[in-house]
Amino acid sequence: MKTNTAGSKGLSMILMAAGAIMTIAALALDFMGNKASFRGPLLVIGVLAFVLGVYLFPTLKHHRKIVYVIFLFPLLFTFVVTVIIPLVLGIFYSMTDWTGIQFTKFVGLANYAVMFKDPAFIWSVLMTFVFVVINMVLVNLVAFLLALLCTSGLKGDGFFRAAYFLPNLIGGIVLGYIWQFVFNNVLINITKISWLVQTKTAMLAIVIVYIWQYAGYIMLIYITGITQVPKDVLEAASIDGADAKQTLFQIKIPMIASTITICTFLTLTSAFKQFDVNLALTGGTGSVPNFMGAYLTNGTQMLALNIYNTAVSKNNYSLGQAKAVLFFIILACVSLVQVRISNSKEVEL
Amino acid sequence: MVGKEKRTKSYILTVVGVIIALYVLFPFFLVVLNSFKAQASIVESPVAFKGASFGQLMKNLNAVINNSNFQFWYAFGTSAVITIISLVLLAVLGAMAAWVISRNNKTTWATVIYMVFIASMIIPFQVVMLPLISTFRDVGKFIGISMLQSIPGIVFAYCGFGGAMTVFILTGFIKGVPYDLEEAAAIDGCSPEGTFFKIILPLLTPVITTVTILNGMWIWNDYLLPSLMLGQNGKVKTLPVAVQAFVGSYVKQWDLILTAALLAIIPMVVIFLIGQKQIMNGMVEGAVKG
Repeated sequence: MKTNTAGSKGLSMILMAAGAIMTIAALALDFMGNKASFRGPLLVIGVLAFVLGVYLFPTLKHHRKIVYVIFLFPLLFTFVVTVIIPLVLGIFYSMTDWTGIQFTKFVGLANYAVMFKDPAFIWSVLMTFVFVVINMVLVNLVAFLLALLCTSGLKGDGFFRAAYFLPNLIGGIVLGYIWQFVFNNVLINITKISWLVQTKTAMLAIVIVYIWQYAGYIMLIYITGITQVPKDVLEAASIDGADAKQTLFQIKIPMIASTITICTFLTLTSAFKQFDVNLALTGGTGSVPNFMGAYLTNGTQMLALNIYNTAVSKNNYSLGQAKAVLFFIILACVSLVQVRISNSKEVEL
Repeated sequence: MVGKEKRTKSYILTVVGVIIALYVLFPFFLVVLNSFKAQASIVESPVAFKGASFGQLMKNLNAVINNSNFQFWYAFGTSAVITIISLVLLAVLGAMAAWVISRNNKTTWATVIYMVFIASMIIPFQVVMLPLISTFRDVGKFIGISMLQSIPGIVFAYCGFGGAMTVFILTGFIKGVPYDLEEAAAIDGCSPEGTFFKIILPLLTPVITTVTILNGMWIWNDYLLPSLMLGQNGKVKTLPVAVQAFVGSYVKQWDLILTAALLAIIPMVVIFLIGQKQIMNGMVEGAVKG
């Protein structure tokens, strides 16, 4: 494989040794608390040199294994550092008095107890569930109707698809402010009082913006599903004298059942995680005169925003983390149900 | 008779389609229109063309682009750099990892890694975001490379968060690439890494396009991760963070806010107009497979 085995072995050894020395030196400086600015680059160069040395090591027997490890390692490393370690730490921190920087003692489930006694949090959870259910139904309904429209032999359907999908391209923060303008300065001429002022209408406003943003995307998935219904089945139905309504309810909808499952859960999880539009459109404000005996000012604040505000704005990190763990548990349950349903469908087919 | 009925039906459908399209595009129209106007005429009537002029647009653009809270070109450049580096790394590292996993799919370790990747896709960002910041702060202090408020740090985080979905979609595709191809290359004396870069990677182009579109839409528009990692008013900021900081400091200054929104929308719309088909197909494929 390598022509100059001796040379490449020497080079490999030198790189490995140099890399190891640099890495160890950088780590030693770190442990000694040295603040020299070259520590970071030294560490990176050291690790890279060591890896390069291992890669160049002339061995036919193990070369494939070495390549596998080198290929898999970078992504796995970033994944472990950004997802797995914070997840484990997060679940642990939710049971301490963590301040975002340090913790002094283990408090068991105290944070969870506080959270379930907090009317503002209970309200957020309820609002989130209401929002999720309404959106799941409406987004799917609107998207399906749009998909039917776009597949009905409409002229220029390519333009319509692109136009309906367009809002999905733009980030929630920008969309939220655009709609704030629409509600506060344009629609106010019809509604007299801005919809964003009162809690109920403000929730409705969030629903409208969410459908506007999301329905075009779900529509695309439905279009793919509908166009995959075999032509001969539709032909057979029309020969048998099925009218448009029968074709829709007895052939098209049953045949895209798996698409409906995908879209339902996609809207469900994405509505549940809604944050950007919530933040930019209402900021979670809105008064609720009497809920569980308390006056609330977070009428339109959904779960994701509540978690963020608890930790970042109110600086209560351990409580925010406990709420986040609950958020995770709910989403995990939803996903398990989804897997169950899609698996049972596959067996049926 | 039948032909006429059909034509009427198609006519009605087109009208319905146009009305919905007008409704969907109306907010965008308002953004464009009011970027051409001064605050006074926006307040007077946000839907009228009165008061709209090209000179005013230039004035608004000037005010927004040079604003110290917005710094459009700087934020745009930062967003672009972060997005592009993250996408390239995710595509290459993701393909490498997916290839290793799918070529060892009979071993326990590869199955476990794959399962952990899939399972991790249900983890919401909220549950890891707070410990993530503290972990990154500590790691950054320890190794002497700032992980917060730095581009390498946020790129690292995007590789970690995008990794699972990227590997999942790519592994599904690589499983369908015949192993014979690699065996033939190995017999011809090609090393495993050479086989991957010369034979497998080019075959992955369509599916890499899909994951790049999915990751790109998410990374470009993401607000929460950069706002936490880079800070609301940090030195390094992405476009969504800049928009948020800008609007926060100019409440109700709609002439400036809408012009800023226009600037934030334009890049995405331009990219959409160029790669419309690929983007729409990519989004659907990603959803159906994920």
